Amino acid sequence: MEDIIINNLDYPILTASTFFPLAGALIMLFLKRGPFIKWFALATTVATFIVSLPIYKHFDKTTYKMQFVEIHSWIPAWNINYKVGVDGISVLFIILVALLSILCVSVSWKAIQTKTKEFYISLLILETAMIGIFVSLNVFLFYLFWELTLLPMFLLIGVWGGSQRIYAAVKFVLFMLAGSVLMLVGIIVLYYAGGKTFDIIELAKVNYPIGLQLWLFLAFFAAFAVKMPMFPIHTWLPDAHTEAPTAGSVILAGILLKMGAYGFLRFSFPMFPHAVKVFFIPLLVLSVTAIIYGAYVTLMQKDMKRLIAYSSVSHMGFVTLGLFTLNQNGIEGGILQMINHGVITGALFLCVGMIYERTHSRMIEDYGGLSKTVPVYIVFFSIFTLAAIGLPGMNAFIGEFLIISGAFKANMIIAAFSILGVVLGVCYMVWLYYRVALNEINPITQSSLVDLDSREIATLAPLVVLVLLIGLQPNILLSYMHVSVEHLLEQLNKSTQLESINGYNTVNSIAEYIKGLFKWV
Amino acid sequence: MDISQFFTATDLFGIVPEIILTVTALSVLTLEMAHIFQPRIILIVAALGLLLAGSVVIQTSGDGQILFGGMLAINQYSTFFDFLYIFIGLMTLIFSQGYLEKRGISSRGEYPALILFAVIGMMLMTRANDLVIVFLGLELLSLSLYVLVGFLRHDQFSNESGLKYLLLGAFSTGFFLFGAALTYGATGTTNYNEIVLAIANDTILSNLYLSLGIGLLLIGFAFKVALAPFHMWSPDVYQGAPTTVTGFLCTAPKAAGFGALLILFNNVFLEIHYQWQDIFWILAVLTMTVGNLSALVQHNVKRMLAFSSVSHAGFLVMGILVLNETSISAVLFYLFVYSVVNLGTFAIVSVAEKEEKGLEFKDYRGMAVQHPWLSAAMTIFMLSLAGFPPTAGFIAKYGLLSSAVAQGYIWLAVIGVLNTLISVYYYLRLVVNMYMQKEEGALIPSYNMVAIGLIGLMALLMIVLGIIPGYLLEITANAAATVS
Repeated sequence: MEDIIINNLDYPILTASTFFPLAGALIMLFLKRGPFIKWFALATTVATFIVSLPIYKHFDKTTYKMQFVEIHSWIPAWNINYKVGVDGISVLFIILVALLSILCVSVSWKAIQTKTKEFYISLLILETAMIGIFVSLNVFLFYLFWELTLLPMFLLIGVWGGSQRIYAAVKFVLFMLAGSVLMLVGIIVLYYAGGKTFDIIELAKVNYPIGLQLWLFLAFFAAFAVKMPMFPIHTWLPDAHTEAPTAGSVILAGILLKMGAYGFLRFSFPMFPHAVKVFFIPLLVLSVTAIIYGAYVTLMQKDMKRLIAYSSVSHMGFVTLGLFTLNQNGIEGGILQMINHGVITGALFLCVGMIYERTHSRMIEDYGGLSKTVPVYIVFFSIFTLAAIGLPGMNAFIGEFLIISGAFKANMIIAAFSILGVVLGVCYMVWLYYRVALNEINPITQSSLVDLDSREIATLAPLVVLVLLIGLQPNILLSYMHVSVEHLLEQLNKSTQLESINGYNTVNSIAEYIKGLFKWV
Repeated sequence: MDISQFFTATDLFGIVPEIILTVTALSVLTLEMAHIFQPRIILIVAALGLLLAGSVVIQTSGDGQILFGGMLAINQYSTFFDFLYIFIGLMTLIFSQGYLEKRGISSRGEYPALILFAVIGMMLMTRANDLVIVFLGLELLSLSLYVLVGFLRHDQFSNESGLKYLLLGAFSTGFFLFGAALTYGATGTTNYNEIVLAIANDTILSNLYLSLGIGLLLIGFAFKVALAPFHMWSPDVYQGAPTTVTGFLCTAPKAAGFGALLILFNNVFLEIHYQWQDIFWILAVLTMTVGNLSALVQHNVKRMLAFSSVSHAGFLVMGILVLNETSISAVLFYLFVYSVVNLGTFAIVSVAEKEEKGLEFKDYRGMAVQHPWLSAAMTIFMLSLAGFPPTAGFIAKYGLLSSAVAQGYIWLAVIGVLNTLISVYYYLRLVVNMYMQKEEGALIPSYNMVAIGLIGLMALLMIVLGIIPGYLLEITANAAATVS
């Protein structure tokens, strides 16, 4: 029991924050349709946020151990426990989920006119699933929440989305499932290999045979890489983001993409350290490819939402680059960048959604000179554009700086290429800003443009605060993760006696072969 | 004449459920002839008979009785199946009531009586301890089903499917019987325990006969539970049969077939089971893949469900391939979940179905607007069939996959989950049509409060079992423990 700190508050705080939205959704099921539904959804998300706040007050930053842990027997026949807890890696995501959910309800206030009840129920179920993923300490529970995100998201895209919504929704689900069913087989194999337990902490202590590690790494990689999405399997993302309603895009960009990266941190790194090292260079190359390829494709987009969607591919490339540098700076930068990306891209999607609500056009060519017509809107838009570029003093700068400095320690050539991504990032964002905010006033959409109202300002303001706060004082977040990341690195480097592990020679030759393929880096 | 030389009071006591059901079925037929009651009353009498039989099954759930000189074996395993059949029969009767009236056939006395006879037949199949009894049960089940499938006398599809089922069913019965005869020829007995002894003592006349016998028995079962490539009858028959009968057809005989097949390989041919593992591996992969790929291209919901049930049968074969206590328990769990889901799905189809309408995917467009609860239930059933958590379908699938992986069949598990991936496409198609397509003259389901309430309960059960499956897992584990 020395690995965990049992919840010593007088109520189960993690369970409460996880299931509060679900309880709200269940109650909402029996409420009458009407304007009250929105208020109820807002109240539920705000309450969830407030319920989750004490986690940060009582969080002990000096230990890597899981905190606020609750354990209950769940399915004894299969040795499955209900076990939740947080450490420095996962704790920050809970607040991100809770915050973005409130903003999603707020931004959908007027945008969602049909089937509002179903919309908010889906949103609340999604919130429970997302928080659940980050607090699960049991693989079975984790998988349950992982899959639970699919259906609400499927409905959000498919029912309330744009013109190609059904195609996008089905594509989203099939891509996600293709990864996660392979992970399911991986989970079952892991269960037997790790001594018939689903406990994540117990599983991380086991030294798996290296051949098994490779297979399991690939099985889990399938699920995480699709979710991230990493380079060759990112094609679901532009469709899903573009067709989803604003709230759906925000959730997708803000949280769902992070689930993959979180999976690497929670499963792949501690459980399959050798496999991670074998695939070290290919993973870095894939990350950099995503950064540069994503940025180039972003440059050509004509649709604002699609543009931001593709920029996510590039930004998530930075996140994976940070994680796979396998050093303290890189991983901390990667985690921080996940939060940053959630804040910034979430905010950009909110901005696009707000303007789309007015003009019903997402095409860049339909806009121009917004700084003259809607100045307040452009103030927000400028802040988030600058943040996305990585302006010093704003949050993404810290994240990208840490990642790139980590990358230089890991591999010079890779790091040098990643700089290119930063440059391209400036290009596409500034060019977008120029075409939308500056330029001539475009008569096509001018008539329907109205500046932001107080609800919309209230929606964007918290994100501005976060952007500046993290940018100027990153230690607020970084201090949570230091110890946990150190422990993660210890786990990564745990067994030095590689030769003693079964089948090492074969694997070593595979590793050499892979290294040979990537000799040029 | 001394009757006690044929059977004892214990024997009779053991088959009280069957006796009750037979008496009920006969009295239902008599009541029908007497023309003094409304059809509705006759249905209620039949339902009461089923309930009574069910309660007797609880009382007599003894442990490991062998009755009638080795003909019947009653244990927790057979009791589990008895419950399942009675449950399926009861649900079918309740859902049939409104449906038959809608299709212009006032529910006649034969209908409940035939369902009761089918239930008796299935009970015999899983209680059997002798190949002859299995055959008897199988025939009783099949004969009732032939009539039920063609019950809509004025509907040409129903007639066609009745005839098709009769011809192919009779053919498969031939295989089964021939297999039983060859097994008898090889071992000199049809009794399970004596066959086991004969195999163990190696007093087999010819190994070739035995292998042929087992193979033919397997083909007979494969026809009944629709394993590829013996599944060709199922889409046509499922499509033509009255929808409530389709629900019965796709759940009960499958449960009985797998129940008897499991017993056969687990209790009788266990020692030579390893010789058949390759066959089962191929059957499993072929069945799930063929079923899934065919289901992808269907436009008719009933045909889609027919092919989906083929692919589910493929999953269940995994359990027979692995064949240990965990896998048998997983098969039982899967059968229960699968039965509830399919009964619920066909109940919704039967409620929604109109003359010439309500069977195509496109007929379900916009249903979520008018009937949010019914659509929600349908969505839960579809997710459960697809094996999404947190529905019971996921737990069921997980159990089977886990037992397969534990025995090292990892590639089979991978093929299984990839098949799940394919299946999601056609299951979600119904959800897409209900929730995401514009409405085109939406269906107006005929409301029957009892039926709607039951559908809701079933959907709820699937969610509850998906989150807290512990209780049912315990029951299936106990049942599996009694046969292995």
